[in-house]
Amino acid sequence: MRDQYREEAPLVVAGRQFSSRLMVGTGKYRDFDETARALEASGTEVVTFAVRRTNLGQSAGEPNLLDVVSPDRFTLLPNTAGCYDARAAVRTCKLARELLDGHNLVKLEVLGDDSTLYPNVVETLKAAEELVRDGFDVMAYTSDDPIVALELEQIGCCAVMPLGSLIGSGCGIQNAHNVRLIIERDSVPVLIDAGIGTPSEAALAMELGCDAVLMNSAIAHSPNPIRMARAMKLAVEAGREAFLAGRMPRRERAEASSPLAGRIAAAKSDIIHPP
Amino acid sequence: MKVWINGESHLLSPEMTLAQLLVEKRLEGRRIAVELNEEVVPRSQHDSRKIFHGDRIEVVHAIGGG
Repeated sequence: MRDQYREEAPLVVAGRQFSSRLMVGTGKYRDFDETARALEASGTEVVTFAVRRTNLGQSAGEPNLLDVVSPDRFTLLPNTAGCYDARAAVRTCKLARELLDGHNLVKLEVLGDDSTLYPNVVETLKAAEELVRDGFDVMAYTSDDPIVALELEQIGCCAVMPLGSLIGSGCGIQNAHNVRLIIERDSVPVLIDAGIGTPSEAALAMELGCDAVLMNSAIAHSPNPIRMARAMKLAVEAGREAFLAGRMPRRERAEASSPLAGRIAAAKSDIIHPP
Repeated sequence: MKVWINGESHLLSPEMTLAQLLVEKRLEGRRIAVELNEEVVPRSQHDSRKIFHGDRIEVVHAIGGG
């Protein structure tokens, strides 16, 4: 039975078109050189970064992340990592917009506690509402709760990003059923963000129908981040191709791939006499 | 006058602008964003915006993150 056959369409987030469906974080690498090489190997076009206080004692010569990861080369996506309430997240987004000369695409994350880094969806919804009103294009990191995911879209978020598992845990997609529910119900792009640990998990996210995936630790904490970045690029492409192609049906019983007719060791009862 | 910069208290000469403060802290020309009393002050206003005693200033930049 041939089921759904899907046509490819470009990834469009808040009116911006992207070829790569792999978005990558810039945290946790050994140094800026490794960061740049990993991003290059991943083929990514969208990279996240954090906003933090400048050390006032710092000398002027020290390189800045944006010197190495240029806004000319990548779409830079500021996050609100480390924010535990809506007010902090909104302030961070406004500072990020100033850092990026008015670019207003942001990754909103409002965390509930520092041990699980699980999203506080109540504060996330509050922040999203205010940010959308202030003209931001909000990609909202959230739980895998399909009701919250739809609510974020209805508030005006341009993408919803349910976690696969806890940030930095590398535990893959804990609730594929919920992720599928979100994909079915939301019209804006759905990205798995957080918890992807292996290329097979990234491919699974894409096979489920995600529009893209966002990851950081999976690449940065691999013993060979450059090689892993390449693997992730291939996995996201493979998963997407698989999704568009449509999977084979599952069966209760076996179905041979080779025909029965003409077997040399056929039993008498098996022999099919031509009419 | 005493102001707070990134959570720390600093003593500054009176009648300073944000631009002058950034020069004094060797931050001029760097890719930073500034908040004054929880409101972002755009770069175009650094020259004209004055700092007063008790003001709370945040100076931030981009760093690696997920």
